[in-house]
Amino acid sequence: MPTATVDGIEVEYEPGMTVMQVCELAGREIPRFCYHERLSVAGNCRMCLVEVEGGPPKPAASCAMPCAPDMKIHTDTPMVKKARDGVMEFLLINHPLDCPICDQGGECDLQDQAMAFGVDGSRYDENKRAVTNKDLGPLIRTIMTRCIHCTRCVRFTTEVAGISDMGLIGRGESAEITSYLDKAVDSELSGNVIDLCPVGALTSKPYAFKARPWELKKTETVDVMDAVGSNIRVDTRGREVMRILPRLNEDVNEEWISDKTRFIWDGLRRQRLDKPYVRRDGKLEPATWDEAFAAIAEKLKGLEGSKVAAIAGDMVCAESMYALKGLMDSLGSPNVDCRQDGAKLKGPRSNYLFNTTIAGIEDADALLLIGTNPRHEAPLINARIRKAWAASNMPIGNVGAVHDLTYDVDQLGAGPATLKDIADGNHSFASVLKNAKRPMLIIGQGALARADGAAILSLAAKVAETTGMVSEDWNGFNVLHTAAARVAGLDLGLVPGEGGHDVANILTGVEGGDIEVVYLLGADEIETRRLSRAFVIYQGSHGDAGAHAADVVLPGAAYTEKNAIWVNTEGRVQHGRRAVYPPGEAKEDWSILRALSGVIGKPLPWKTQGELVAAMIEAHPHFGSANTAPEGNSLDLGSVGVSGAVGDMGFASPVTDFYLTNPIARASEIMAECSAVFVHGQNRAKTAEASGTNG
Amino acid sequence: MLQDKDRIFTNLYGLHDWRLPGARKRGAWDNTGGLIQKGRDYIIDEMKASGLRGRGGAGFPTGLKWSFMPKENDGRPHYLVVNADESEPGTCKDREIMRNDPHILLEGCLIAGFSMGANTCYIYLRGEYIEVRHRLQAAIDEAYEAGLLGKNAAGSGWDYDIYLHHGAGAYICGEETALLESLEGKKGQPRLKPPFPANMGLYGCPTTVNNVESIAVAPTILRRGSSWFDNLGRPGNTGTKIFSISGHVNNPCNVEEEMGISLRELIERHAGGVRGGWDNLLAIIPGGSSVPLLPKEICDTVLMDFDSLKEVQSGLGTAAVIVMDKSTDIVKAIARLAAFYKHESCGQCTPCREGTGWMWRVMERLVKGEAQKSEIDMLWDVTKQVEGHTICALGDAAAWPVQGLIRHFRKEIEDRIDANAGQVAAE
Repeated sequence: MPTATVDGIEVEYEPGMTVMQVCELAGREIPRFCYHERLSVAGNCRMCLVEVEGGPPKPAASCAMPCAPDMKIHTDTPMVKKARDGVMEFLLINHPLDCPICDQGGECDLQDQAMAFGVDGSRYDENKRAVTNKDLGPLIRTIMTRCIHCTRCVRFTTEVAGISDMGLIGRGESAEITSYLDKAVDSELSGNVIDLCPVGALTSKPYAFKARPWELKKTETVDVMDAVGSNIRVDTRGREVMRILPRLNEDVNEEWISDKTRFIWDGLRRQRLDKPYVRRDGKLEPATWDEAFAAIAEKLKGLEGSKVAAIAGDMVCAESMYALKGLMDSLGSPNVDCRQDGAKLKGPRSNYLFNTTIAGIEDADALLLIGTNPRHEAPLINARIRKAWAASNMPIGNVGAVHDLTYDVDQLGAGPATLKDIADGNHSFASVLKNAKRPMLIIGQGALARADGAAILSLAAKVAETTGMVSEDWNGFNVLHTAAARVAGLDLGLVPGEGGHDVANILTGVEGGDIEVVYLLGADEIETRRLSRAFVIYQGSHGDAGAHAADVVLPGAAYTEKNAIWVNTEGRVQHGRRAVYPPGEAKEDWSILRALSGVIGKPLPWKTQGELVAAMIEAHPHFGSANTAPEGNSLDLGSVGVSGAVGDMGFASPVTDFYLTNPIARASEIMAECSAVFVHGQNRAKTAEASGTNG
Repeated sequence: MLQDKDRIFTNLYGLHDWRLPGARKRGAWDNTGGLIQKGRDYIIDEMKASGLRGRGGAGFPTGLKWSFMPKENDGRPHYLVVNADESEPGTCKDREIMRNDPHILLEGCLIAGFSMGANTCYIYLRGEYIEVRHRLQAAIDEAYEAGLLGKNAAGSGWDYDIYLHHGAGAYICGEETALLESLEGKKGQPRLKPPFPANMGLYGCPTTVNNVESIAVAPTILRRGSSWFDNLGRPGNTGTKIFSISGHVNNPCNVEEEMGISLRELIERHAGGVRGGWDNLLAIIPGGSSVPLLPKEICDTVLMDFDSLKEVQSGLGTAAVIVMDKSTDIVKAIARLAAFYKHESCGQCTPCREGTGWMWRVMERLVKGEAQKSEIDMLWDVTKQVEGHTICALGDAAAWPVQGLIRHFRKEIEDRIDANAGQVAAE
């Protein structure tokens, strides 16, 4: 490897590294504002200037300059110091220095670097520039006078989010970051510009003036808004979640999160089930835990196991599903299902996983999307696809409804007929996939959650088979889940047992009187009105559809309120950590099920969460290896799905409103506003009028 | 003084026919195909030997620049881009070339393009040059019709197309990489270098950007031989150059002269002298608005070429001589230039975006003397914080005029501050 010297320290570096990276190898911190390792190099802030011997007699922007062998770099000469002082002074002359009222205070790059590289006084006696604030929608608050024109937000939205809503207009001092038409930034990833903004120009609108970073407790955990399992940091003050930020995980979410993940937090405070309820005379009334359990025990007494059914929801943790499964087994009920949407998926494991892995998308060279809208079902996977596409321009075909996915897609067809053509090799895209070295397909729940889902899954497997998607060192067969709980549910066997009913049959069974008790574990996305003839137990965190249909409500913990295990669509086991305690009398979900099992006289064989997890790992060893995607799982494409007749209805994405997919989101005012603005096109209806005196 | 026989621009004043027949009479398009058939190496070697330095301002050796283009074509097309975005205040030489002698530019384009393996040339024309655009386009059409452009251009065996692109009136688009951005349809903001245009230029392809005058002199140099050009002027500063003389002279004009002519001779012989006589001279900006001004003492003796002007801490730039006599409010004049650079800064990088506005505001106060004397040093410091710290040279261009003012007219500024302070005290 070539070497270079930084301030006399000789370092080896990899060819292609920039001077800034080489300086960091040598342990020299280079201040910067515009540079961000995941965005293109702009080189416009000029903060990272260093001196390079032998070059022109002026400092060089280290972020943009490739390091050359034997380069002699200096980061501490008078020339460098003068340049840094100068740039810092320029950045500050028109900056309002309103740190005391700025939400970025305490976590501001400009503040930190001014402390490190700035001078203590100002020589600027002129009036400062003021810039009109922009309306970027319900999520991003702007105080544009603070902007230092680093263009990170512009580069993020165009490069990563794939939209052209933001830009820099005007020139010189009049240059302004804007959305051109005063239009909300229409991307599911828009919130990331808040993190990217090195100053307080773009801040979180819902979080405005709510807290200071140093008074927040930070808990590293995992998101459950979709099946990506984004790594997040939950910031809390007292008992309240104040905000949610991304946490770096190169394999999953890099350092981005979706807007739903980021802004869901007000939903954690509203519509909460904070005490048990029992339905008396047709009305849900507050009750004690003992009363609630007694009501359930009374109903279950002497009831045949086959008359009991359980449905696990989209955001429940592995522990509670394992406990539910144990409870149902002890009751002798085979009627368990975790597939609320009715997707025709079941094991073995690699039959329902995102086998390529999220990071693996970047290695693919052709992609077929089947019945999925990844932009809304898993925005970060969509961002990964875009990243891969931008790097390689790989061909991407879509079978299903037309969506704007932020990259070029060949629209191949709407439904099963096209898929069959590809499987049979009668479609031109079949040869595209065949000629690719590492082709992949992603099949979404839109193609699986329907009567002919199993046959479609089998067709997709045939496509994978005939185009060589699965080989020794490449597995291009992927199922994209939309629910954070789904993979763990399938792993733990929450599918109907011998003679058991799935969700659709449970509903029919209830209507026919065959099923008398239904246990809803956070299950709200089913037609709950069809449950009216059954005794419904709802365990969950929010008063949503399930709770309204319930006869007994057991208040559980939301994902931020418990230590729990989640498995993402790749099959990656991740541990969530408790950031706050559940509200009121609500309990952690596994413990509710454990307590109930005792009351009905069929105690589950563990007393602590540790024992539960140990038992779960013993039964399902992969739960023991956290944070890695499964490797080397063999996939027998012949066993995927069930071949059969397919219908001719086109595929539709299950996500029609990205912002309102789960009970927490539906409880969130922020999400409701996003839905109104972005989904229902009531652009600026609310934001434009908000003036501070409008009540 | 340049003899008539050594003139390259024989229709600089538009006294003769600018169209193809007229241009041909003056020698343009004479045996162009034959010149090209001598080969790329021959052309580049001749250009190097002629000592021609770029006429756009920076004075980079033209032959050397052409030689930076990849010798082999790697599958990407090569481009020649002619920078006709002449916007530097005081400069109006390219305009006269293009409207009165467009064919020597077009011929130069073909030869230069061939020598760098380009089949396509874009001429990026300043937005305000409407008449020039019409003439240049007419000349291009004529050349196509006469077989001088297009397939087998001028019988050279080389296919060549020229496209005329009209800018939208931004000074910054005269910076070569901002010009390329603009040409690609993007916002005119300079690119980071490296990569240099010779490797990654227009649409990511090898590109050379040359000034109009640099390209237009090439055919004559090749026809008359590099030694002819090299023998004009002074070593390192060879050939002839068009000087644009404006301001307080009796006869403002463009004139082609030998490099290294003395500034005083240039003005007295061609521009009818300074208004009110040489002794009425206050200062001269010798190379377009972006170079530091020179006070009369220096103007008395300085020679007009790259190296001589550099020695006196100024520059030849585009050789636009702006003459200011003693009636000039020199502080106000420089304040006006500071306003120009503030207005034209692209706003991309920090020192220029923030610094140009700061310099202008302080200059405006200095005009009235509403300042402290310590602010003169502060202003100097600010110019030094801008200079050399920016992506492109506009930062330098904005800093230099102010530096020139402080360097040579500090006393004038201090006097105003004193006068103002006295006035305030009296009130």
